[in-house]
Amino acid sequence: MIRAARADGRTIEIKGGGTRCGFGRPMQAGVTLSTHGLSGITAYKPSELVMSALAGTPMSEIDAALAANNQILPFEPMDHRALYATTGAPTIGAVAACNVSGPRRVKAGAARDSLIGVRLVNGRGEAVKSGGRVMKNVTGLDLVKLNCGAHGGLGLLTEVTFKLVPKPQRTGTLVLEGLDDARAIAAMSAAVGSPFEVSGAAHLPGERARTLLRVEHFAISVEYRLGELSKLLAGYGEARLTDEQEALTLWRKVRDAAPVADSAHPAIWRASLPPTNAAAFVAEINAAGLLRNHFYDWGGGLVWLATEAHALDTGAVHRAAARAKGHATLMRAADEARARADVFQPQTRTLMDLTKRVKASFDPDRILNPGRMYAGV
Amino acid sequence: MSAIAFPLPDPGILARRAEIIAGLSVLLPADCLVTSEDERRAFETDALTAYRRVPLAVALPRTTAETAAVLRFCREAGVNVVPRGAGTSLSGGAIPQEDAIVIGMSKMNRILDVNYANRIVRVQAGVTNLAISEAVSPDGFFYAPDPSSQLACTIGGNIGMNSGGAHCLKYGVTTNNVLGVTLVTIDGEIIEIGGEGMDAAGLDFLGLIVGSEGQLGIVTEAVVRILRSAEGARPVLFGFDSSEEAGACVAAIIGAGVVPVAMEFMDKPAIHICEAFAKAGYPLDVEAMLIIEVEGSEIEMEAELQRIVEIAQQHGVRVVKESRSALETALIWKGRKSAFGATGRVADYICMDGTVPTSQLPYVLKRTGEIVASYGLRVANVFHAGDGNMHPLILYNVNDPAEQEKAEAAGMDILRLCVEAGGCLTGEHGVGIEKRDLMREQFTQADLEQQMRVRAAFDPRWLLNPAKVFPLDGRVTA
Repeated sequence: MIRAARADGRTIEIKGGGTRCGFGRPMQAGVTLSTHGLSGITAYKPSELVMSALAGTPMSEIDAALAANNQILPFEPMDHRALYATTGAPTIGAVAACNVSGPRRVKAGAARDSLIGVRLVNGRGEAVKSGGRVMKNVTGLDLVKLNCGAHGGLGLLTEVTFKLVPKPQRTGTLVLEGLDDARAIAAMSAAVGSPFEVSGAAHLPGERARTLLRVEHFAISVEYRLGELSKLLAGYGEARLTDEQEALTLWRKVRDAAPVADSAHPAIWRASLPPTNAAAFVAEINAAGLLRNHFYDWGGGLVWLATEAHALDTGAVHRAAARAKGHATLMRAADEARARADVFQPQTRTLMDLTKRVKASFDPDRILNPGRMYAGV
Repeated sequence: MSAIAFPLPDPGILARRAEIIAGLSVLLPADCLVTSEDERRAFETDALTAYRRVPLAVALPRTTAETAAVLRFCREAGVNVVPRGAGTSLSGGAIPQEDAIVIGMSKMNRILDVNYANRIVRVQAGVTNLAISEAVSPDGFFYAPDPSSQLACTIGGNIGMNSGGAHCLKYGVTTNNVLGVTLVTIDGEIIEIGGEGMDAAGLDFLGLIVGSEGQLGIVTEAVVRILRSAEGARPVLFGFDSSEEAGACVAAIIGAGVVPVAMEFMDKPAIHICEAFAKAGYPLDVEAMLIIEVEGSEIEMEAELQRIVEIAQQHGVRVVKESRSALETALIWKGRKSAFGATGRVADYICMDGTVPTSQLPYVLKRTGEIVASYGLRVANVFHAGDGNMHPLILYNVNDPAEQEKAEAAGMDILRLCVEAGGCLTGEHGVGIEKRDLMREQFTQADLEQQMRVRAAFDPRWLLNPAKVFPLDGRVTA
């Protein structure tokens, strides 16, 4: 199909479950190519901690198969349905193509750290593989990571292979209350920098500000580590242990950006930056009169922001993110706004030239998801 | 004797040697330029010592700007460039060619910034792997990837090869622990990729550059992630009467939901070689041994060990020996990490590095023994069992050309076996020159051409480390 589209000079929009369709720049493609027919787990040996699946496999099917063996994907991928008010079934292919991660990123890495193999069809219509299904592999250039987060602009992923981890036996979450942003980030840095392997560190500001710290391990470890963490953080107030069910709901909200996802917000951004710069970054957006709402994940290394509409035309969020040694992505806005404004952080000329050359090396006629990440790429 | 081909040096470049050196001496002071025959000879090989080529000259820039100036000069002069860290590559990744300038990172060896709140360290590329951990260990932190050569190898070389180590089962390899790099392209452009945050912007060039074996540019600085050390760590030795039992035990531990920080395998020859060297207290009367390390507080280590010992007992473990002191722990790891060096004391060897799915370990181990025996040689196996990354050491006599040929042939057969078993040619050492001509065993022509087009997007004239990774014939330049 890709070869035929190339021959006809038509562009292709790649579609999985359609639940993340507000992500990236809007496109007018000649053809929509769905991965719906590419479905099913192709290889899964629990004792190897590795699973391969075709790109269109629904996440629910993957999660169920792993749960039956007490295993999980390490990186806790976000479900974008709440953010985009979409329905349908998110797919494993989109998780890889968009490098979709969640709160456990602070301990277990992002999707790109667990993706160990891909099969794809490039814009020349050629089937290409990279990586494989072994955990350590440095054979040849790593096109696996290059395609993870490329939003389908280099190739249509057909099959992906991920590393897995055992499902933690127990989860415990401590909550600190009433901290301002800077103090909360300091508390989270102390917790993530402790020997107690914090697997989630988020701060939900507001009148009843809450700082969440999660530990996942064997039951005996979780109990011990929560106790030690409470002692370590005594200077930040009394840490309360939340009910496990309540904690599960809270972490799901953090994962899915629920605290900023209100449909009335005209623009939602996601900024990645060094934690110690995060509070000042938010304060700068606020001082410019742009901030509506925000929260922190990854110990302060990830900031979700809801802003006013006029943030879209000024580049203020991208500039503030760059000053904070980070970068921002416009995650949700009206189509015309995302066509007009930069969605991904603007790049230097050298890096943009390189991006174009690498795109051309996979897709010389720019037929796969053209312009999804950058205009003209 | 060489089975691995080198491209013929370009006579035009050799003829212009004086002119090229004169050009470089405008860019670098005399103590940053190595030109005499004797001194150049120190750079003729790396840890794949069977192959040597004396380079045209060696440049040792002190800054990113000097590196950029040298690269720009080389591109304009059309001269090949071979990047070099400490020269510890086992796959020949740093071996020069006669018509190439070696760019060594040895003068860029400073740690630039340590930030515990953000858990990062910024370093120059010539800093050694161990120096990073040493700089932050007084404050309870460490840099996770720990290749056996960590005392000597540089972070720049680790990035080039995406190096692993014994503890990457839990903490990942280099690519999972680097957040940003400063890359100098062959055009002399300086590009910052990634940075101090956890996610990099745009296409994942960071993931592409790590493990690219010096083919895309030269990394002069890096931001690496540091981690807080566990409260305690304890390795335990498990002795088995067969390799199959040890392999099945590894699979059962992982299947039970336990992922120890390290699971290392040694067969009998490796145990004897390492014990003779390190006096670590390894059991000598077993056929196979696992070193399994657990981490955490005292009660956590006890609890995890108890589960592991129960599983091991179901798989016929005969000896269980816990480290009882920091000294014992150090000796146990000294024995493992000096496996290659200790082997080098008893024989010459070549070290293979294929990875296989862990369920295939018993079969691949058995076939490895059969293959090496069929060439009339001996093998010692020491490897990372938890992730299936095998390191058969094929013992031979380097002064016997026939034996070297046999050892190399056996090695190639073993790597083909790894690919057939669903694995890959190299888990952490890199392709270099050593496995270059086997790439077609693992990849189709379309796979390789896609990689080569990506490579050409960075270096269209193939000046950077040109004789490595990809077979010399059928190269794609754009």
